Amino acid sequence: MEPTKVVAHKTLRVKSGRFSLGTTLMHVVLIAWALTTIYPLFWIVNNSFKMSRDVMNDSFAFAWSPVLTNYMNAFDRMNIGMSYVNSLIMSFSTVFLVLLFGGLAAYVLSRFQFRGKRTIYSILYATLLIPAFATVVPVYELLIHTKLVNTYLGLILPQTAGNLTFATLIIAGYMATIPKELEEASFIDGCNRWQMFTKVFLPISQPVFASASIFVFLWSYNDLFSALIFVNKENVRPIVALLNEISSQYGTDFGLMATAVSLTVIPVLLVYLFISKYIEKGLTEGAIKG
Amino acid sequence: MKGDRKYIFTFLLPAAVFMSVFLYYPFFKSVYLSFFRTTGFFDKKFIGWDNYKRLFTDELLGAATLHTLEIMLYVIVFQVGIALLLAVLVDNISKFKGFYRTVFFFPVVISGTAISLLFVLVYNYNFGLLNNLLAGFGIEKILWLDESNALRAVAIPTVWHYVGFYFVLFLTAMSKIPSDYYEAAKLEGITGVKKTFLLTIPLIMSDIKVVITLAITGTLKVFEFIWVITKGQNGTEVLGTYMYKKAMVDQNFGYGSAIAIYMVVFGVILALVANRLLKRDEITY
Repeated sequence: MEPTKVVAHKTLRVKSGRFSLGTTLMHVVLIAWALTTIYPLFWIVNNSFKMSRDVMNDSFAFAWSPVLTNYMNAFDRMNIGMSYVNSLIMSFSTVFLVLLFGGLAAYVLSRFQFRGKRTIYSILYATLLIPAFATVVPVYELLIHTKLVNTYLGLILPQTAGNLTFATLIIAGYMATIPKELEEASFIDGCNRWQMFTKVFLPISQPVFASASIFVFLWSYNDLFSALIFVNKENVRPIVALLNEISSQYGTDFGLMATAVSLTVIPVLLVYLFISKYIEKGLTEGAIKG
Repeated sequence: MKGDRKYIFTFLLPAAVFMSVFLYYPFFKSVYLSFFRTTGFFDKKFIGWDNYKRLFTDELLGAATLHTLEIMLYVIVFQVGIALLLAVLVDNISKFKGFYRTVFFFPVVISGTAISLLFVLVYNYNFGLLNNLLAGFGIEKILWLDESNALRAVAIPTVWHYVGFYFVLFLTAMSKIPSDYYEAAKLEGITGVKKTFLLTIPLIMSDIKVVITLAITGTLKVFEFIWVITKGQNGTEVLGTYMYKKAMVDQNFGYGSAIAIYMVVFGVILALVANRLLKRDEITY
């Protein structure tokens, strides 16, 4: 055994020596891209602590003596706090409804045998091809008739419908991989279908629920198109619609714009840093290819 | 199981109701509306195929279609290309994998509107990041958002935004390749770049196909980047912004709906063509 081991060891050494230049190059490329994703964020946060005049003079200079004027303006003049609350209420409600109804539908589609299942799957895949553009006018009309325009529900209901397809498909993909034995065991223990869902499938599918909720949240929180049309009044306006407003009204106040962007981005980013490990896990374990 | 029918029905019902009321009914209503000339919601007149005939003579729509296709080209080449390159690189290194994964995903979690606003500041003529940089080198300032540059200028944030998303999908696909494939290749002397092109990329071809389809259908939905950065001026109008202007700004619901249906048909055709061109057998390990 001894000689082979030595040889193996030797080739390994040679390998790593030869490849270190390549590895360095790889890291150079990767760091370069990482800079494009990090630096603009730093630049914008840094500038949010400067007066507009200073942003214009030298936007690269570090804000050694940070000023909070922009932040005070954002909260007092732009009422960004209200938009925050609006955004959070609408996006969390959407996530809740999508996970609840999508989860139930996914459970049926992945664990029950019945006629018409394939048809439902086909319809769901086809639904992915319907963009918001193709539904917006009738939905707007419907919301006007039901007096839901410029109310929280006016955004929550269409967004829930819009995200259900995606959520149902990836949750169903994940649930399909859960072993049948678990289902049988819980049946023997006297669970009915609803208890089976809440006590077995829900806990086991936690990763996919986590990643689905993250994506639904992001797509809801970041959806400017629907916000502009369904909830564009000051008292219900979510944060993206406010950003759009700021860019057209205060386009010359650089400090305020930098602050508005920072305030929108930083909380989401912080939350992301805490939960990033779930994103990849849930997104990929239940094959999205279906 | 006994009594399953009841559960199948009850569990599917809420999702079905939501989707019927806010997706399927509006979609078919849009198809219906596209055959009408409308003034607001209450006055409409049946005009048959006239809206569709108008589509083909509408030069602005033609331009918007071309702009969308140009952005789509950039997205497929650069967004998918860069994502693939980064995934290959990260797959080949052993240190800092988690760091790159996390950092590359940053733009994905940021809203397109915020990114657009950021790029408004980057491109600004007088004090933007880019012109500041040029001034530092003593080069004359450039109008980044004039006719000749604007479309590429809005394509950059569009591309940058989702590189991280496809990067994660590719990286995960690569991590599913069994390691004995690589060991066998190593015995054959296939390593480095050769390994990437002969082994890794062919093995994740089905994922590349999915990503390209996602990229194509995703580009048709591009809206906020153009809306916030240029409002569709200077040759940057895309289908999304044009539809919004016609339907919501001009309140021309009939013609707006016709444009929306055109976008759906266009998207389906492109997706089918892409799938046909990239046809490969599914690989299971």
